[in-house]
Amino acid sequence: MKSVKNHLSLVIALLSILFSMQVYFIVERAIDAYKITLSKNYSVIAVSKKELSSDEFKKINKIISNAQEISPDSVIKRLTSDLKSTNIELLKLTLPKFYKLSLEYYPSPTEVKRLRDDLLRNSSITKVEDFSHNHDTVYKLLLLFKKVVSIFSVFVLIVTVLLIFKELRIWQYKHNERMSIMGLFGAALWLRSAVLFRLSIVDALIASVISIGVFAYLSSYPWIIEQFRSIGIDVVIFNPVDDSLIIVGVSMSISIILASLIVLGHKEEA
Amino acid sequence: MDKVIIAKDLSLAYSNNETIINKANFSISSADFVFITGASGSGKSTLLKSLFGALKLKQGSLVVGGVELNNISRSKLNFLRRHVGIVFQDYKLVKEWSIDKNIMLPLLINGYVKSVAQNQVDKLLKHVRLNHQTGKYPLELSGGEQQRVAMARALAHNPILILADEPTGNLDEYSSQLIWNLLEGANEQLKTTVIVVTHNIPKTLKVNYKHFHIEYGSVHEIC
Repeated sequence: MKSVKNHLSLVIALLSILFSMQVYFIVERAIDAYKITLSKNYSVIAVSKKELSSDEFKKINKIISNAQEISPDSVIKRLTSDLKSTNIELLKLTLPKFYKLSLEYYPSPTEVKRLRDDLLRNSSITKVEDFSHNHDTVYKLLLLFKKVVSIFSVFVLIVTVLLIFKELRIWQYKHNERMSIMGLFGAALWLRSAVLFRLSIVDALIASVISIGVFAYLSSYPWIIEQFRSIGIDVVIFNPVDDSLIIVGVSMSISIILASLIVLGHKEEA
Repeated sequence: MDKVIIAKDLSLAYSNNETIINKANFSISSADFVFITGASGSGKSTLLKSLFGALKLKQGSLVVGGVELNNISRSKLNFLRRHVGIVFQDYKLVKEWSIDKNIMLPLLINGYVKSVAQNQVDKLLKHVRLNHQTGKYPLELSGGEQQRVAMARALAHNPILILADEPTGNLDEYSSQLIWNLLEGANEQLKTTVIVVTHNIPKTLKVNYKHFHIEYGSVHEIC
């Protein structure tokens, strides 16, 4: 029972770090996925005096993925009642070219401004409509969401680090006596600290297995999947290979750093 | 006879720089049984600590088992300690380990295979009359029994030197006699050098012994 209690304190601290880290990853992925959805619906309109190809637009700014000319027919249709067909053809030739520019990803307001400036620098382009007001609102909302999650994660991290430091002092007290006694009989540093490292590695593995299990379960939980689908995005909640490696890596690193701090802070009894 | 310990102008002090032992000169031969006595606070335990490198020398030279302790490296100190058995008044047993594992500690540090070490532990438990307590934890035993475990641990790796700091200080007469018998046995049968810090030299002792007395920082041999 006592041994379980000893393990629990570090395992819980590690779990809170791993959970907040994974939640942060999920939010980041969700935002990225949402950005892709938004970028599909978001485009910039450019008006050009002469015809420009898609490649010419791409050269202006790398963020442009495609340029599609907007047919002037709908505008002309409204005028046809008053104009002769020869005049319509003439009008078609004199009308500027309208282009709908699709983008590689959902840009930040700075990138939108840069894109606008780049486009206007081109002598053929006379006007650019970037719908910046709508764009800014959505983008700021996303950023706000991301910031709130980041602040929450940092808060959890700080609290957990404080918990871990408290745990460190308890461990230091608990292991100091054994390490000193082993030192009296000539045990090398690695042997004196072996128990400590073994304990911390076991705790790290326990915390990793629990985290991986929980997130693997959540990733296939219908309610969670439905929530993301309802906002029109498809998010990888848990990547079995990458996320497992990150979880095990972070958990192991924290535990080993903790054990190393205890070993470094160990003072032999005189 | 080989000298196990040679002290030349040895001065010892704690961090406040107050000298506890002042320019002591003495030597202890192999298979000697030595008592160090003195009033409380005279520096008996301080001198003993210096013998296993738990205290840095302030001045002079101290050679233990052929190893100079002045500015000794950690690896050399570990090497020396692997050949020394230490017994403390407060036993210094690892509470979360069974008594078997406590006794096994110096054997594992010295690289014994676990099965060989376990055989040695079984023999030692019989030797200290604790074979019926195998598998128990230190806090499940009486003070006298814990000290016998500490004695078994000190004897486990056949050390060249046993250092005992008031080993019977907290024990009843029966347990004290058992500890003295074990120390005598190690000295007589295994020719182990034994150094004991104590307030009172037991009258029942059969071995010939040397007696060093510490007074006002000086170490005198009493003949």
